[in-house]
Amino acid sequence: MARRSFLRYAGAGAAAVAVLGATACHKDRVMVDPVNGTDIGSGDIGILNYAYALEQLEAAFYTQVVATPYSGITNLELTYMTDIRDHEVIHREFFKAALGTSAIKQLTPDFSKINFSSRDNVLATAKAFEDLGVQAYDGAGYLIQSATYLTIAGKIVSVEARHAALIANLINGGSFVSSDQVDANGLNGSKAIADVLPIANAFLKTKVSASSFNYTI
Amino acid sequence: MNIFNIIDEIEKVDPEITERLNPRRAAIKNITSFGSKVAVAALPFALGTMLKRAYGAASTTDVVGVLNFALTLEYLEAAFYNQGFASTGLIPSGNSDYIGVIRRDENAHVKFLQNVITSLNATPVQASTYDFTGGNNKGNGPFKDVFTNYATFLAVAQVFEDTGVRAYKGQAPVLLGNQTVLTAALSIHAVEARHASAIRKLRRDLNQAPNNKPYIVSSASLGNDTGLSLVDANYAGEENVTQGGVNLVTALNVSTEAASAAFDEPLTKDQVTSLVVGSFIVQ
Repeated sequence: MARRSFLRYAGAGAAAVAVLGATACHKDRVMVDPVNGTDIGSGDIGILNYAYALEQLEAAFYTQVVATPYSGITNLELTYMTDIRDHEVIHREFFKAALGTSAIKQLTPDFSKINFSSRDNVLATAKAFEDLGVQAYDGAGYLIQSATYLTIAGKIVSVEARHAALIANLINGGSFVSSDQVDANGLNGSKAIADVLPIANAFLKTKVSASSFNYTI
Repeated sequence: MNIFNIIDEIEKVDPEITERLNPRRAAIKNITSFGSKVAVAALPFALGTMLKRAYGAASTTDVVGVLNFALTLEYLEAAFYNQGFASTGLIPSGNSDYIGVIRRDENAHVKFLQNVITSLNATPVQASTYDFTGGNNKGNGPFKDVFTNYATFLAVAQVFEDTGVRAYKGQAPVLLGNQTVLTAALSIHAVEARHASAIRKLRRDLNQAPNNKPYIVSSASLGNDTGLSLVDANYAGEENVTQGGVNLVTALNVSTEAASAAFDEPLTKDQVTSLVVGSFIVQ
């Protein structure tokens, strides 16, 4: 418990102040670099924006996959890709609505390194995004201060894990809990915000920072 | 009221209070600016929130309760797959690796949870007696051929995995802010979801459930998408399409199927208990 950042308590203070109607504290304000980046902000707003950023990336990816399917895609695979796209778009739009004016801006993806005509390349990228999403939610869960938001994050992360297992099985049947994702205790990996965002930023023109969670650009 | 007096008083009985609030002692000075910005009337509330977080939202008793509940379900799952592998001719050799990694994970979860509970100076619950026909030790429940008919075995596996995902999800709020235990619980939760996805895909690929998707696709009136009406209660509430007060179907103009599949729903401890005790877990 003692290892947790003081920023959490600052965030908790801001939430309490908001509940009580005081006005002096602005810890949950979103900081935006108008040039080519955006910062998720702090407190629960920061975590929701973090999720919103990752869902934007996933939604944009699957939208492209469905618009320009890879060579040799089967009907069933296209159905799966369309389903996943729909889920990710719903996640994205849900966070956008929940965040309202606190939402970070729309991110511009950079998919220049992805060959959308190649099954291998598309599925490998899909696996990377899904595994990253699961590890990101699992790693940030303890930072969430509101039970309501924690439950919502839980409702989404298991769907991301279902996607991750599906994609793994499409690449190699039976690889849905492979050792790169699940350890000897049967635990899925988890990643800190500062370890997730550099990976996501490699696929984004709009760079995302998290100055309140130890990640600046 | 002076926030520093309160912390000084607490320090007399808990010398680690400053460490609990922040490992870097210097950062405690941040409280100065924090305190000055909070209206005097709001201080007790704000301080209470801060201390609750410093000491953890849940008591150790609550945390152990969650862990023992999780262990109860992992015993059930591990015993199910162990018995499946002990049933000669049940699992086709071509699927033994696929089911084998799930069996491996469930047994690992049992050991892991036992160790965590022991490390908290608490006692892990014992395994129970199981009747995987769902017959509460009579062996003649609705899934009588569970260990002789592979299709029944996989159908029960799917229900256990989906229900396990819902059970872990329901306990997360009890562990709010607990970095170690919540993160571990979420990590097991994700693995159960991976299993659920894989079992669902396998049942479709084997044409046992030709419309099965790796995710739960509910209709507006029925959460259960397995085609087994016996397990409607295991999926009750999965048809929910309202998240955070937003009806996704109307707000986003999407289908009920997509909106329900995009979010998995929790079950309470009581709901889960009623689904497994007195049927699969012998009472």
